[in-house]
Amino acid sequence: MAVDRTAPPPLGADPKLEFPAIHRDQLANGLRLWAVAHHAVPATTAILLLPAGAASDPPDRPGLAALTGDLADEGAGERSALELHDALARLGARLDTDVGADATTLALTVLSRHLDAALDLAADVACRPAFDEAEFERVRERRLHRLIQLRDQPAAVADRAFLDLLYPDHPYGHLAIGTEESLRALTLDEVRALHDRAYALSGATLILVGDGDPKDLLAAGARAFAGRPRAGRAAVGPPAAPSPPGPPRARFALVHRPRAAQSELRLGCVTTSRHTPEYHALLVLNMVVGGQFVSRVNLNLRERRGYTYGARSAFDLRRGPGPFLLQASVQTDATAEAIREALGELDDLRGARPVEDAELEAARAALTRGYPRSFETAGQIARACAQLALYELPDEYFVEFVPRVRAVDRAAVTAVARKYFVPEALVTLVVGDRERVLPVAERAGLGEVAELTPTA
Amino acid sequence: MLDIPFVSDTLDNGLDVIVHEDRRCPIVAVNVWYHVGSKNEVPGRTGFAHLFEHLMFEGSAHHDRGYFHPLQEAGAALNGSTNADRTNYWEVVPVNALDLALWMESDRMGWLLPALTEAKFNNQRDVVLNERRQNYENRPYGLATMALVGALHPAGHPYHSLTIGSAEDLRASDVDEARAFLARYYHPANASLVLAGDVDAGRALELARRYFGDIPAGPAVAPVTVDAPPLAGDVRLLLEDRVELPRLYLGWHSPAHFADGDAELDMVADLMANGKTSRLYRALVYERRVATEVAASQNSRELSSFFQIVATASPGHSLAELDAAIMEELARLASDGPEEAEMERAAAQAEAHFILRLQTVGGFGGKSDQLNAYNVLLGDPGRFGEDMARYRGASADRLRRAAATWLRPSARVALSVVPDGRADLALAGAAPVAVS
Repeated sequence: MAVDRTAPPPLGADPKLEFPAIHRDQLANGLRLWAVAHHAVPATTAILLLPAGAASDPPDRPGLAALTGDLADEGAGERSALELHDALARLGARLDTDVGADATTLALTVLSRHLDAALDLAADVACRPAFDEAEFERVRERRLHRLIQLRDQPAAVADRAFLDLLYPDHPYGHLAIGTEESLRALTLDEVRALHDRAYALSGATLILVGDGDPKDLLAAGARAFAGRPRAGRAAVGPPAAPSPPGPPRARFALVHRPRAAQSELRLGCVTTSRHTPEYHALLVLNMVVGGQFVSRVNLNLRERRGYTYGARSAFDLRRGPGPFLLQASVQTDATAEAIREALGELDDLRGARPVEDAELEAARAALTRGYPRSFETAGQIARACAQLALYELPDEYFVEFVPRVRAVDRAAVTAVARKYFVPEALVTLVVGDRERVLPVAERAGLGEVAELTPTA
Repeated sequence: MLDIPFVSDTLDNGLDVIVHEDRRCPIVAVNVWYHVGSKNEVPGRTGFAHLFEHLMFEGSAHHDRGYFHPLQEAGAALNGSTNADRTNYWEVVPVNALDLALWMESDRMGWLLPALTEAKFNNQRDVVLNERRQNYENRPYGLATMALVGALHPAGHPYHSLTIGSAEDLRASDVDEARAFLARYYHPANASLVLAGDVDAGRALELARRYFGDIPAGPAVAPVTVDAPPLAGDVRLLLEDRVELPRLYLGWHSPAHFADGDAELDMVADLMANGKTSRLYRALVYERRVATEVAASQNSRELSSFFQIVATASPGHSLAELDAAIMEELARLASDGPEEAEMERAAAQAEAHFILRLQTVGGFGGKSDQLNAYNVLLGDPGRFGEDMARYRGASADRLRRAAATWLRPSARVALSVVPDGRADLALAGAAPVAVS
C-alpha cells in the first residue's frame, strides 16, 4: 500500500502504562524502605533520600551540606578513601552523591549479584563516614579550587548571581557549593553536626529498584541498614520548608564580562511550593513558555530570530517557594532585543495572547503521551519514587498524572500565568559585556540596571 | 552471552533496516544514521555537515514546518548529532506514534529538497554560530580541543577541524551547497535505520519497507581514506584564554575504532584517570595535590583515533610539574604494565558498563544507536558481543604494549592553556597557536 503523503498519519490509541507497585517496609531505626521490581537488566539502582540539602546550610555557612556530602565517601567504616573506592570499583558499582536545595541523595547502581556488598559500602558512607581531618582539608581545598574555576564560566556566574538576586538572605539564595568565605571558615565539627542532623535514618527513605523480587530487595535493604544507629544525636524530622523570600535585590542586573561572545540570560521569579494544587497547570504553562523545543520562547528566539542555540524554562518547585527560571545564551548584540522578546512572551500569556486551543492540546499531549518514557529504566523509576518520598506525594500520583494534566484548561493556564508572571515580580540578569549591552538596553527602555560584582 | 538480538533487511534502494524487540515499556526507538560527518567536508567548508543536520529539522516537502511539532505533541523525545564520522537522528515515541515517526523520518530522507529555502538556511546558520559561541568561544578552555585536534592532524586531513567548524567557513557557505550535500550524502544507500522497542519485528520491517521503500537510491559514497604522517616529535603549543587556572592537554595518535589496541587504550584511559583509585587521580589530585582534576580518554573514530590526557594545575603549581608526573606514570605503565588489582577493577567495570548499556532502547547510546554504530562503522549490527569480548580478553600485557606503542613522549602534542597574558606558565618551548 502506497504511503499517503498528504498529511502525517494519525496516532492510534494511547498505550496503557502499568505503573510500578511500590512495596514498603520500615526498620526499627526508622529508615523507610521502598522496593520496586523492574526486570530489564541484572542490575539494581538504590537511592538513599535524606531530606535535607543546601537549604539547610546555616545562614553563615553556605556550602556546608555539599561539603559534607562530598566528604562522606572519603573514607567510611573501616575503609580509607582509597580502600572504599577500590571496593566499589571491584564491584563495578557506581555511587554518586547529589546535594540539591531540599535533599541529599546517594545513588548506587550495581549489578544485582553484588547488591549486598555494594549496599553495605553505601550504608557505611551514609552512616559511618570517617570525617578524617586530612581528608576534610583536602576536600575543602578541592572545592575552593572549584569555586575559582566557576568564575570562568558565564553560566555558573549567572546561576549564582540570579539566586542571590531572587532570594536575598534566604535558604534558597545560594548555590550548593557555597562561597569562598564560608568554605574557609567551615570546621569539621560543623560537618559532624550537620551529619548528625541531616543523615539521620529516622527521616530517610531507601528506594531499591531492580530485577529482584520486591521482598528480596527489601530484605537486602534491611541487611545493609538494620544494624545502623537509630539516629544521630541531634536527629529531628525534615527541616521546615523555607518561607517566601523578601523582594528581589534588583529587577534588572548585570555582571560585566568584558568581550563576552554571548550574554548569559536569566529571567524569572519566585513561585510556589511543590505541594501547590496548581502543579499540573504550571507544568502545562511551562511547556508553552520554554519547556520544549516548540515552546513560544524557543521558537521566537531561536527559530524566528536566530539569536541563540536555544532557550528553555522550568518551574523548579520545592518544599518552599521555588523559582521559575527562563534561560538562554544569546549573541551579545541581540541581548536587549532577546530580553524584550522573552519578557513580552511571558506577559502575552497573561492576556494579550493567551494560550491557544491547539497550543494547549500540544502542551498537554507532550506531557501525557511522553509519560511512559519516564518509566523505562530502574534509575528513572527510582528517581520518580524519590520525588514521591521527598514531597510526601501519594502513590496515586503516577496514575493521576495523565488525567490531571488532561484536566488543565485554557483558563487554568492563563490564571497561573497572571498570578506568577507579574511584571513587577520578574527579575532579569545578564552576564555579558557591559559596554555593548547597556547602551542598547537603555535605548530599549529596559529600566535601571544594577551592576553586580561577581563574588565567590 | 549478552547481546542485542535483531533481524535485518536491506531494501532495494540500499537502506539497511534493523529491528530489535524489547517489549518492556510501550515505547519504540527510531534511529537513523547517515554515514557522513565532518570528515566528508570539502576544504573551506568546515562545519558544514553539522549545519546540514540542523536543516533536517526545518521541514520537508509534505510537512513544511518544524519537525518537532507533531512529534512532541505525540509524546516523542527527539534529537540529532553530528561527529567526524556520522550524523544520527532519533525519536523515542509511544508505540502509537511509530507510524508518525517513520512518516516524518522518511519524508525528510526523501523529500527535503523542495522545502529547503535560503531563509531556513540563513536562520540555522545563525543558530549554529550561536551554538559555537555558547559551547566554544564563550566557554573557558572552549577552543583547546580545536587547537589540539588541529595540531594532531595536518591541514587537509579529514580530522583536522572539529565538527563545529570555523565561523568564517560557516559564514561563507550557502544554500546551494546544502542542496548538493543533500544529494550526495542523504539517501537510503548511505543510511541505516534501526527500530527498537515494543514492536513485533515482522511488522516493524514491513513498516520500514512501506515508508522508506519508494525513496530513490543515491550515488554510492566513496570511503574517505587518508595517509596521515606521524607526529614530528614532542609538539608543544600554547593558547591564552580567559581562564584562572592553567591546563595541560596531551594528545597522541591512536588506533582506529575497533582496530587492534583501541579497546586496550580505552581501558588504559580508565585506569589512568577514571575514579579515585586511578593512577593519575591518586598521584596528581589526591596525594600530591598538584592538579585540581585530571581526565583521560581514547577518542575512537573510523579512520584513526586520538588519545588524550587533560589536567588542570592547582593554584601555585606549574604545568611542567603536571607534565612530569603524567609522563612518569605513563612510563611506568609502559614498562611494568597494570597491576593485578587494576585489571580486576577494569574487568568488573567493563562488565557493568556493557550490561548497563542494555537498559534503554533509544537516544544517544541506547540499544538502537549501538546497533547502528556497529552496522555503519563495522558493517555488521551484531558486534555487541565481540565488542565486549575485546575488553574481557585484554590482558595486562596487551595494555602495557598498547601504552608503550602509542603513548610515547617522542610523538605527542602538548598544549598549554594559560590565563591571558601568562605565556610564561606554558611548558618550555611552547609556540603560540591561533584558533578562533
